[in-house]
Amino acid sequence: MSYHSNADLGGQDVRDAIVMEPEGELFHAPWEPRVMALVVAMGPTGLSNIDMNRSVRETLPNYRDLSYYEIWLAALEKLLLQKGVFGDSPPPPRQVMRADLVAAMIAKGSPSSRSPTRPARYALGQRVRTIAAQAAHHTRLPAYARGKVGIVERVHGAHVFPDSNARALGESPQWLYTVAFDEAELWGGRIPKQGSTNSVDAFESYLEPAAAG
Amino acid sequence: MSEHEHHSHEAHTHEHPPRVPSEMELRVRALESLLTEKGYIDPAALDVLIDAYQTKIGPRNGARVVARAWCDAEFRRWLLADATAAIASLGLTGRQGEHMVAVENTPQVHNLVVCTLCSCYPWAVLGLPPTWYKSAPYRARAVKDPRGVLKEFGVELPESTQIRIWDSTAEVRYLVLPQRPPGSEDLSEQQLANLVTRDSMIGTGLPGTAA
Repeated sequence: MSYHSNADLGGQDVRDAIVMEPEGELFHAPWEPRVMALVVAMGPTGLSNIDMNRSVRETLPNYRDLSYYEIWLAALEKLLLQKGVFGDSPPPPRQVMRADLVAAMIAKGSPSSRSPTRPARYALGQRVRTIAAQAAHHTRLPAYARGKVGIVERVHGAHVFPDSNARALGESPQWLYTVAFDEAELWGGRIPKQGSTNSVDAFESYLEPAAAG
Repeated sequence: MSEHEHHSHEAHTHEHPPRVPSEMELRVRALESLLTEKGYIDPAALDVLIDAYQTKIGPRNGARVVARAWCDAEFRRWLLADATAAIASLGLTGRQGEHMVAVENTPQVHNLVVCTLCSCYPWAVLGLPPTWYKSAPYRARAVKDPRGVLKEFGVELPESTQIRIWDSTAEVRYLVLPQRPPGSEDLSEQQLANLVTRDSMIGTGLPGTAA
């Protein structure tokens, strides 16, 4: 089955103006804060994980027609249906975010770093090439950065691998790197020169060694 | 569906003309009721969450971090070397700030943060992302036409300034450390924090100028 993300927008031809928003203007309808809070509060139930949530959101067929909180709501509804929450035997929540736990749970967060089980394959300053193949599942390598040569600029340790975690195949932690690309490598002559460098955070299996340039 | 006492706007309907709830409102309430009945959520926790992101967790937190870095060279070094720990030392930790990296603007380099794949944003220091940050035009164009995007925000940089774009494609969250405004030598840390705007910590803006 083919997989298509409707959320992979980097470099796409989107001409609408960017609509400015003053600081402190957080919501535009009374239901929006409830959706934000519902999604956050469902986290500890363990029904899904952040990568599953992103996968459900990015594959909503009408993703591009929805506002962001509409996307969050539609994806939450879809996920709950998938998990049988509305059926006769809903899965029990792992933990419920009670009001008195909220502050502590926010302050604790959910780190994605894990102990590495083997040494990093790439080193700072090394030239690497991102894989060119399009994944047939949720992935975090944007299309514009596929098959491009860049330099490892930061090494972040091992982190939960979204491609695996989104499919309930386990966390399968991998080394994570910031890989920086020159604009000419990413866009060739397709843009006027900007004087820019662009990085993505790439998991180890998104990368291959590249010949010294 | 008519007895959601935790919806504060309903508790006050006697003060306002009656308002018909929108379809979206009804849909969200129905979902909230179901999840409450089934024991997945505590509606009171939603109120606490909303209040936290409306009154406690927002860009004024990040502004404190920036102002401290401007005033304290050792803190600045720590922030650039280990942002998660340095930021945690100011009591700012947790959700969507678990793995922080601070990137410093200089006369040579201007940093710009985007999430082209969704809406990854450093909630612990900046709160909830603005709508434009989550919307298609910014996500599509920030990587390909950063100077054009900056111009829309009213920021024009010298041609000699390199633009460094950070696409937050994993769980690392980026905070831009803007350049300290010229002429701000005599300002207190709190006065400096007041000059730090949300957009200046995303890279789509510059801090205010010292009066």
